[in-house]
Amino acid sequence: MPACAGGRADRPASGPRMPKAKEAGLATFRQNVEATIPALRRYARALTRDSDIADDLVQDTLVRALRSEHLFHGGDVRSWLYTILTNLNRNRLRSLARRPALSPIEENDAPDLAGPEAGGRDIERALATLVEDQRNALLLVVLEGLSYREVAEVQGVPIGTVMSRLARARVQIKSYLDGERPALRRVK
Amino acid sequence: MIDRDSPVTEDELHAYVDGELPTDRKAAVAAWLAEHPEQAALVATWRAQAESIRAHFGTAVDEPVPQRLKLDQVLRHEQANGRSWMAMATAAAIVAFIVGGAAGWMARGASAAAPSSFDIYATEALDAHKLYVVEVRHPVEVPGGERAHMTQWLSKRLGKDLRIPDLQSIGLKLVGGRLLPGPTGAAAFYMYESASGERFTMYCAKTDEPGTALRYTGSDQFAAFYWVDDKIAYVMSGPSDREQLEKVTKAVYEQVDKTGAKKL
Repeated sequence: MPACAGGRADRPASGPRMPKAKEAGLATFRQNVEATIPALRRYARALTRDSDIADDLVQDTLVRALRSEHLFHGGDVRSWLYTILTNLNRNRLRSLARRPALSPIEENDAPDLAGPEAGGRDIERALATLVEDQRNALLLVVLEGLSYREVAEVQGVPIGTVMSRLARARVQIKSYLDGERPALRRVK
Repeated sequence: MIDRDSPVTEDELHAYVDGELPTDRKAAVAAWLAEHPEQAALVATWRAQAESIRAHFGTAVDEPVPQRLKLDQVLRHEQANGRSWMAMATAAAIVAFIVGGAAGWMARGASAAAPSSFDIYATEALDAHKLYVVEVRHPVEVPGGERAHMTQWLSKRLGKDLRIPDLQSIGLKLVGGRLLPGPTGAAAFYMYESASGERFTMYCAKTDEPGTALRYTGSDQFAAFYWVDDKIAYVMSGPSDREQLEKVTKAVYEQVDKTGAKKL
């Protein structure tokens, strides 16, 4: 029976009863988590397009990560956190889908005025027309700078699938921005 | 090896934009693009898309991290069992079970048609089964290697002596286990896996029901056997193959029944 078993079971986050080596590993783990928070906020903001919801999502990701830190046996902390956040967001979208939908993004459908924000709102809307997996893949690559291999790991699919999601996302965004609205979702 | 003449695929163009090409191929693609303006325009479009995504969302990374997202704060918050929609979802699920359980309790004298313990536990167990058998990274909280620890922990949380069956003899390896909210408080949940990746789960929760015989429920995808022994409700769930599940359930039943020493 490991010395830390009791502490681990009831309170995964309690440090004092853990052996030294484990404690050091945990400290590194937490530092890595902490260092990733700003990037997680960025990714969550792009996924949700709402800074409060985004921060809720990050908070839940951190809670989840801390709860399961004893299950983390090496590997890339960053990819793991992106995986948790991506999955939590999927759950969130599913529970939203069960309610009658109000989509704030479509509220303001007036043509964009010229200005620094105009292009930004366009890209936001274009992203909103993407199928979820395609949007996730594109944002992880383009915004978060993950490699195809890392995205494959986050999404739990082969690299080829990541590449076809990226390709479809880019085609869709292009056709949206070229003025084919309302854009059709490309499914497959 | 640089091969300027080998055809450039669309995949490669994406990899080129995303910096995923090996250096020698990168040069070849750049040279190829110089001679193919249409594809070069496409590449430019993709780059512009990436630029506007970064311009629009990239700044969030430079904002100061709010207090509630500082790790120390999250730890404290977590220990104080604070608000989050995940926690609220869990709480809502618990309330639903309590209400469901209470309804079952109140109705049990009145009508046999009310949700029975069988319905409640089997639904609960099958929901957990469906949720966790597809989980690749974190199917369990405690890995199967820590059997002794898990037995002690979950027995303590349920307030019953639990035994984790060893199913190696029928080709099932213990993946591990986790604690779940159940109709009567804590529930223990164990997962087993065959060499071909088929997963079976065992759900145990305390109950006041007297011992019962095996009962079966199944859909086109999943199936479950339910029984009560020594004030513990057991649900064994697996793929919808009654014969196979029965075999697994019998192996489990024989082992856990020994702890009860004398039932049925």
